[in-house]
Amino acid sequence: MSAADGRLLDVASLAVQLPVGGELRTVLHDVSFHIGPGEALGLVGESGSGKSMTARAIARLLPAGAVTTGTISYAGGDVTALKGAALRSYRAEVAMVFQDPRAHINPVRRIGDFMTEALRTNHGVSKADAVARAIGLLAEVGIADGQRRLEQHPHELSGGLLQRVMIASALLTEPRLLLADEPTTALDVTTQADVMAILDDLRRERGMALLFITHDLELASAVCDRTAVMYAGQLVEQRTSSQLHDDPLHPYTAGLVGARPRIDGDVTRLAAIPGRPRSAYEAPAGCAFADRCEHVEDACGEARPPLEPIEDGFVRCRRATELRGMLRAGGRHG
Amino acid sequence: MGESAVPLASGPSDPSGSTGEALLSVRGLTKHFGTNVAVDDVSFDIARGGSLAIVGESGSGKTTIAKMVVGLLAPTSGTITTCGHDRSTPARGAAERRRRGAEVQIVFQDPYSSLDPRQSGASAIDEVLALHRGGSSADRALRVAELGDLVGLDDRQLRALPKALSGGQRQRVAIARALAAEPQLLILDESVAALDVSIQAQVLNLLADVRADTGVSYLLISHDLAVVRQITDDVIVMHRGVVVERGATRDVLDHPQAAYTRLLRASVPTPGWRPRRRSEWTDAPDLSDVSDVSAG
Repeated sequence: MSAADGRLLDVASLAVQLPVGGELRTVLHDVSFHIGPGEALGLVGESGSGKSMTARAIARLLPAGAVTTGTISYAGGDVTALKGAALRSYRAEVAMVFQDPRAHINPVRRIGDFMTEALRTNHGVSKADAVARAIGLLAEVGIADGQRRLEQHPHELSGGLLQRVMIASALLTEPRLLLADEPTTALDVTTQADVMAILDDLRRERGMALLFITHDLELASAVCDRTAVMYAGQLVEQRTSSQLHDDPLHPYTAGLVGARPRIDGDVTRLAAIPGRPRSAYEAPAGCAFADRCEHVEDACGEARPPLEPIEDGFVRCRRATELRGMLRAGGRHG
Repeated sequence: MGESAVPLASGPSDPSGSTGEALLSVRGLTKHFGTNVAVDDVSFDIARGGSLAIVGESGSGKTTIAKMVVGLLAPTSGTITTCGHDRSTPARGAAERRRRGAEVQIVFQDPYSSLDPRQSGASAIDEVLALHRGGSSADRALRVAELGDLVGLDDRQLRALPKALSGGQRQRVAIARALAAEPQLLILDESVAALDVSIQAQVLNLLADVRADTGVSYLLISHDLAVVRQITDDVIVMHRGVVVERGATRDVLDHPQAAYTRLLRASVPTPGWRPRRRSEWTDAPDLSDVSDVSAG
């Protein structure tokens, strides 16, 4: 089923515009990446960077009136052209988990109805089989008393438990790609570690690919093979996770690493990035990060730099090679 | 059930230590909601100019303590004393409320709901100045500009309505408004939790500057251990209403003693970190999350 080049998902030059107040506003600009079968890619960014919009474009969940250019292909086929039965079968293979389970699980239906509905209506699975599969998956995400949980309503479950239910239900159709949009952001940190371990185990056991969206660079690095950083609707850097953290090539990536306070060492003053994160539509004309970058030159404002291949990844900065190694010094202090 | 059940590392905030210079002194603080014990026999001090964090997860009771200290909730039992004045019972009269307001101010988590959408930052700050300091409107305007400088807001931003400001700028307004009353103690209730990483760093640096410049004390309520390390000297760790560990922030984070603190510390992603299932923890404390919402 996979494309000939071994890529499960291939996003190329994706741009999305949304209608806001009668005009089209750019929210994504030139986003390109790919995910192989069983691979995990982290997508990291701040508010308005476009990371959730990227997942929604892949899941075909963009709002009405959205204009998409570029290509999204899954197993070699064009995702943007899918409809009817083909779209339903795509959605069985590409499942999504959201940040707030309470906003995405019907509060007046039982957990069992929520979990088994798609299997029974779209996939012709009998009720008994669907229930058995749901109980089996609940056990896999660490919920032992699945039978009892299926009879309960969402308000009877804690946030961490409900997020496990959402993950289990996303896995019911045995997807080959899971889009996880900040699945642990609303959870306590000890619960986050537990849920991340579950996601990581399931991914490895099933050979499932994962697009993991988060604002937490450290968390993405811990569970993903490669990590991409987004800023103002663009991908600015994509590397193997360890390289991204230890040897960032884009000044914004280095800034994100340096801005985060440390738990294991003392920093008298954080290396804050001046200004505030930009959305795609309000970014400066040349490099989108130019107005906050400490390494900016006049030429950075002239043309939008392309995403260029470099060693183990890609970076969108015209000074990347020249600045290499210097960014680290401007980031964290021991 | 009290904290005496757990061996506690002593630290500067140890209530058994000297309390002569304590700005805030909390003793045996307890809060019941029906049959649920949200805060159970908690004691701590904050020295003048000190900075203490209360760290814990949902249901730990940390925000309930903040609400009792600021006066939004009445304790079931126990005492809260600031600057030698008792504030455990509701204030009687406007003068007493104002006096308490001049001692303790609070900055909430969400800068989108803690500001009046129809009031500019300058007007919100001026209102507090008029109430707590008086003076002519020209004097107050000068002070509004000074406070704006302190938190990094220019004149245009001060005159803008909240909707024209970013989350970080709104939080600066909330900090300036709280500082306008010249409080001895500023309660920071998850005040940087909702901010983007790059903005959070700016506000954390600002909070360090403000404390150095004004000598104000902080009581930080947070679930984020890295933020706690950045702006506090001392910490108490809470779990289900009970203090499980206390001490100097650096010591507690580098050498956590209580099982719960160790779990909390080990759950934070750092380079080389791998997520672990809770079942892999041999000495994991009993955590409520996997059971029912009623426990939280």
